[in-house]
Amino acid sequence: MTKEQLTGAELVIRGLEYLNVSTVFGVPGGAILPAYDPLYDSPIRHILARHEQGAGHMAEGYAQATGELGVVIATSGPGATNLITPLANALMDSTPLLAITGQVASTAIGNDAFQEAYTVGLSMAATKHNYLITDASEIPQVLKEAKFIATTGRPGPVLVDIPKDILNQVAAWVEPGDLDLPGYKPTTEPNPKMVQQASSLIKKSKKPILYVGGGIIHSKANNELFELATKFHIPVVTTLMGRGAFPDGHELCLEMPGMHGNYTATTSIQNADLLIAIGVRFDDRVTANPSFFAQNAKVIHADIDPAEIGKVRDAQVPIVGDAKSVIKGLIEALGDEKLDTENWVSELKEMKTEFPLSYKQEDKGPLKVPYVLEELQKLTKEEAIVVAGVGQHQMWVSQHWNFTEPNTWLNSGGLGTMGYALPAAIGAKTAYPDKLVLALDGDGCFQMTCQELITASTENIPIKIVVFNNGNHGMVRQWQKIFYNSKFSASELTHDTPDYLKLAESMGAVGLRMMEKSDIEKVFNKMLEINDRPVLVDCVVDPEDMVFPMVPAGGSNDQIIMNEEDLKNL
Amino acid sequence: MSERILSVLVEDKPGVLARVSSTISRRGFNINSLSVGPTNIEGRSKMTIVTELDAVEQVKKQLNKLVNVIKIVELDPNMTIETEVLLLKVSINKDSQTSVIEKASLSNATSVDVGQDFAIFELTGSSKELDKFEALMKPFGIIEMVRGGRIALQSNL
Ligand SMILES: Cc1ncc(C[n+]2csc(CCOP(=O)(O)OP(=O)(O)O)c2C)c(N)n1
Ligand SMILES: [Mg+2]
Repeated sequence: MTKEQLTGAELVIRGLEYLNVSTVFGVPGGAILPAYDPLYDSPIRHILARHEQGAGHMAEGYAQATGELGVVIATSGPGATNLITPLANALMDSTPLLAITGQVASTAIGNDAFQEAYTVGLSMAATKHNYLITDASEIPQVLKEAKFIATTGRPGPVLVDIPKDILNQVAAWVEPGDLDLPGYKPTTEPNPKMVQQASSLIKKSKKPILYVGGGIIHSKANNELFELATKFHIPVVTTLMGRGAFPDGHELCLEMPGMHGNYTATTSIQNADLLIAIGVRFDDRVTANPSFFAQNAKVIHADIDPAEIGKVRDAQVPIVGDAKSVIKGLIEALGDEKLDTENWVSELKEMKTEFPLSYKQEDKGPLKVPYVLEELQKLTKEEAIVVAGVGQHQMWVSQHWNFTEPNTWLNSGGLGTMGYALPAAIGAKTAYPDKLVLALDGDGCFQMTCQELITASTENIPIKIVVFNNGNHGMVRQWQKIFYNSKFSASELTHDTPDYLKLAESMGAVGLRMMEKSDIEKVFNKMLEINDRPVLVDCVVDPEDMVFPMVPAGGSNDQIIMNEEDLKNL
Repeated sequence: MSERILSVLVEDKPGVLARVSSTISRRGFNINSLSVGPTNIEGRSKMTIVTELDAVEQVKKQLNKLVNVIKIVELDPNMTIETEVLLLKVSINKDSQTSVIEKASLSNATSVDVGQDFAIFELTGSSKELDKFEALMKPFGIIEMVRGGRIALQSNL
């Protein structure tokens, strides 16, 4: 029997179907056009974004909500360069992404042809790996490899660049075979000797802290983590990327440590005698100045990426492995051990009561974001997927929202990419049409990718967006207040331009506004009722409000600024 | 700081040199020498990278993350056979000619081309020997010089 002959473009689409891709996000253009032709006839759903950055963040939101591969398609040149931000974002936050870009014809590469960019070179430092296809017959195998690399080990973005003539070249469809990747063999099973050493450190510890992050979520290890923490009574801090890995509200949950972490979480690390760090990378937003970080603690550091271990902080016990296997191993090694952590747990419990997160919402005063968030969560009956931008509002959401499930909190942690929230929410809602998806955004962030509201309404993706409108790049303003004598250089936006209601309406969404306390319930209930269109709430909030606690960049986590009063002593 | 020598076995794929060198420079590390060439195994190349780093562990780990990097061995300087190649073009005249040629042959350099007013020498040896030869030729006026990357093999591996 002769093999079925397909064009490179058809091989791409067939290859994606073969890999069980059901949704792709993208923007067409000259070089990638051949691929859009068979895509039209494929059961794969294509969501037409209004900007490739938006398409990339949508694919990220899809991937972060599901834990599966997100796929984005763009054309050559500007299409590909517009993808650099989401690729870098996905690399930082370990999100499994496959980007397929068109390229000028292989015969024209290097000639500065129309819409030529050196995509493989440009994306090299923003991807886990990338490919330039040189023959159509490679396509099925490369796509399989790309998915494997993106989704295994420490997940990340992989880009496949395909010249237009290759998309038109005819080759046989050959089912992809075994992968031959001699240089790529992630270690998932931990070395039992290391697990033993870790368990003996844990047995001796009186003040252990489980310091956990995104790695728990990628490895779907939340149940194992719950068992480890509760069986042996070990308090848990969840980093910005790890929120939801262990349920807020549990007596052992201390929530987020670091620059804007709560007092108890940050201090628990400082006072600990042992850090059991799993799926975290000792990011500077957690450690502040590493020389002052957890000075009394021994460190067990488990990660699937060996390069993270010892990068910032030496570990007494390094463990390379998948979080789930590591935790299972620890539970087994600890057996029926009873840890003596009772004093430690109650010490931290008291600390929580003594140093709670605080804010003041006056009855007639301007709205405060933390208050609005707490009211919103009360009004939402179901578990929502919450997506944030970058800035003050992001920190407040992480602090004040109660996360109890993994994959329900999506944000741009490592790169801090403004403009992430709205498109990422679209991606999440595409994956879970029946779930409530809330983009809780800043006005500055929203304005970076707000055209994707058109994507949401035209593609019938009814997300809900709350724009915390403080008329400012609030986080920038906060730093200028503290470190630059309140010289507000280029941090001011405007409260009323754009008019968010008109903007929403013109883009096919419903616009609502809240200005004061008495509006909250009415407006949010209305927002929650409307499910046939996206809804945007213009939530006008206090521009003077600041996020606390705060540890200035490069400072010591022993010196936490708790409120504006403390600033005077700086 | 002492030098560290990494022997990096890679897949012979397009862009692999760019991936390796950009991984090193992106982490803010310098390379003293880098050479790359085929090995006796089909489809595999070997890079010899000489750096001066305390952070060599971190570089090794970052390089290991590259999909096309198969294996990295840090060579033990005491057990390592290392060599480098140099081509050096020096000016000569009637007065200096004899002295230049004599010094070159004492250094075990081979003359590969001699013209009216120049001579080109080739020398293979340790970096120190090459440095010494360069210093020896300097007074005569070096016109042009090129050194190839250092390559190394560990004798007990
Ligand atoms: C793409 C990008 N540009 C610039 C920044 C720097 N930056 C960090 S927070 C911030 C202000 C965010 O403003 P807004 O979205 O209104 O949030 P707020 O802090 O007011 O809640 C800026 C400009 C960034 N993180 N990302
Ligand atoms: Mg703002």
